[in-house]
Amino acid sequence: MAIDIDRDKLTWMYRTMRLIRRFEEKYLELLNSGVPFGTGHLYIGQEAVATGVSAHLRDSDYIGSNHRGHGHCLAKGVDPIAMMAECYGRLTGTNRGRGGSMHITDARLGVLGVNPIIGQSMAHAVGAGMAINLRKGDDVAVSYFGDSAVGCGVFNESINLATMMNAPVVFVCENNQYAVTTPVEYAIAGNIIVRPAAYGIPGVKVDGMNVFEVYEAAGEAVERARGGGGPSFIEAVTYRYEGHWIKDDHTKYRRKAEVDEFRARDPIAALKKRVVADKDLTEKDLADVDAEIETLMDEMVKFSEESANPEAAELYEYVFSESTAGDLA
Amino acid sequence: MSDRLLSYNEAIDEAIRQEMSRDSSVFIMGEDIVGAAGRPEFWEDLGGAYGKNRGLIMDFGPERVIDMPVSEMAFSGAGVGAAMAGARPIVDIMFIDLIGCCFDQLVNQAPKIRYMTGGGYDCPVVFKTSYGGRAIPGLPKGGGAGVHHSQTMYSVVAHFPGLKVVTPSTPYNAKGLMIAAIRDNDPVMFLTHRFLGSIGGHVPEEDYTVPIGKAEVVREGEDLTLVGIGGTTSLCLEAAESLAADGLEAEIVDLLTLNPLDEETVYASVEKTHRLVVVDEDTPVASIGRDLAARVAQNRFGYLDSPVTTVHSADTPVPYSAALEEHLPPTAEKIVTAVNEMLVAV
Repeated sequence: MAIDIDRDKLTWMYRTMRLIRRFEEKYLELLNSGVPFGTGHLYIGQEAVATGVSAHLRDSDYIGSNHRGHGHCLAKGVDPIAMMAECYGRLTGTNRGRGGSMHITDARLGVLGVNPIIGQSMAHAVGAGMAINLRKGDDVAVSYFGDSAVGCGVFNESINLATMMNAPVVFVCENNQYAVTTPVEYAIAGNIIVRPAAYGIPGVKVDGMNVFEVYEAAGEAVERARGGGGPSFIEAVTYRYEGHWIKDDHTKYRRKAEVDEFRARDPIAALKKRVVADKDLTEKDLADVDAEIETLMDEMVKFSEESANPEAAELYEYVFSESTAGDLA
Repeated sequence: MSDRLLSYNEAIDEAIRQEMSRDSSVFIMGEDIVGAAGRPEFWEDLGGAYGKNRGLIMDFGPERVIDMPVSEMAFSGAGVGAAMAGARPIVDIMFIDLIGCCFDQLVNQAPKIRYMTGGGYDCPVVFKTSYGGRAIPGLPKGGGAGVHHSQTMYSVVAHFPGLKVVTPSTPYNAKGLMIAAIRDNDPVMFLTHRFLGSIGGHVPEEDYTVPIGKAEVVREGEDLTLVGIGGTTSLCLEAAESLAADGLEAEIVDLLTLNPLDEETVYASVEKTHRLVVVDEDTPVASIGRDLAARVAQNRFGYLDSPVTTVHSADTPVPYSAALEEHLPPTAEKIVTAVNEMLVAV
């Protein structure tokens, strides 16, 4: 595939993937050093998917995400400092310490939320798509979900409804091949990618370890949705390098040869090799990005460590609103 | 009070129309709310499977009055997503008995949005559904709809912090609560009693709100407090007439909102009457009726002259046969009996 992506976009892609990788590595490192994170599901290995998709999104577009959502949020532009502060449970976090890793949201960026009830955020993305249509906008909603969601009732209901409503939704199935310890070939009947045809919507299967393949497929799908062409479906075959969650030992259910095979196809290394070989970016350009991210990581940890926790007196805040549309009208 | 009479369902329909006219972000979706989807020649007369929304689509068009496939999970979730994305959806779930099909969205998603986002997102969605299906004065006894189309079940949804739950009892408060629900920035479950739909009452033409989270004293009395919920408020009124004939004046509190529950109005009444009977059409275990009884016992024990009493539906699924179903729900006679037993128990 010829790379027809400008230098700024390539730099953004590298920066985004590297940021996700380093955020997640830092998360593990902090956990191992005793930071009491509640839980966390790392996106390491899957960086090409969120990056290739988000390269086509603008701030006003929406995303619905799943439990493994740090990458989706960072690629959409959520501030890593506020995200980490959230994981620390701080008042300065994206959700003022009420959400944590599994519920990162950002209303300014259309991040409807990391959402750990498998498949349910698919319906939220459809609803956002309906709201876009209602206001005759040209934003889109991306729904990220894993292979396990394909077995959920809400998968069928949401794609059926989005198709019926001609909602501007891009369904992105990140097939990382495991639902906790259960392999996809055991739990999901037949082929995932034949399913979109049953709804009469376009579907394409891509190598989710290759950011350019994801970028190309997502570009077509996002453009279709923006232009009123309705929903599309992308299956990105990918792999998580780590366990299902931060304390899960994946070597108890995955063969080493398989892990090594995917690690050898590392999406960041592949991107790096490609842009340098094609002379789009130099080793120095990439090293500068790395250095910038390391500074950000230090700042992120410092800010999170130093931020205040919510006060006990705030426990009941945000249960109910204090205003209504009537007040505003 | 207006001289104009509307039925309970007409009052709700009027509230929806007025809010849709006022605010272009309001839309309604549900199964068979238009009927004959995609076939406009039928729309004018149909108004959905039960005719509750007749003509709505003629006024607001198919972009804002939207028939749904049988997909409660998807369209409840779409309601949540649309609300987060700036719209004000009314999600019509035909029967409360169907909430099992969309429970995650109703209790796990919508009520938590504001809290888990630290106030980042509003979730102004109305889930409108219907409950009950049994003996109501002036209507045939026994709905005959069986176990899956007759339940009350509101206690289940009243459990969750963040989800407002309202149970209108008259055409007047049905209109005012629907307008309040649509304007509210939180998710609201708007629960209509299936057999109240055709009852009439005075309803002003202009838009107005009845506040969510506020109970109403609908009859004043000195001797005991009856608390009614939705369909049981009229039973309390009927029982009160009968008790008055025996020299007992009942004060009646119409609860109107189950969450957040207006304890203060109930406490104030109990402080005055010293006796409480809660009449709750739901089954008794882990119910809102017993919750209210427990709150009063815990917080106003010193005011009580009699044991706190509840009248519930029988603790069974809803039987089909009218010969059985008519014995299931609270009735005015059962309320009077409960009051007399309570007085003897002193």
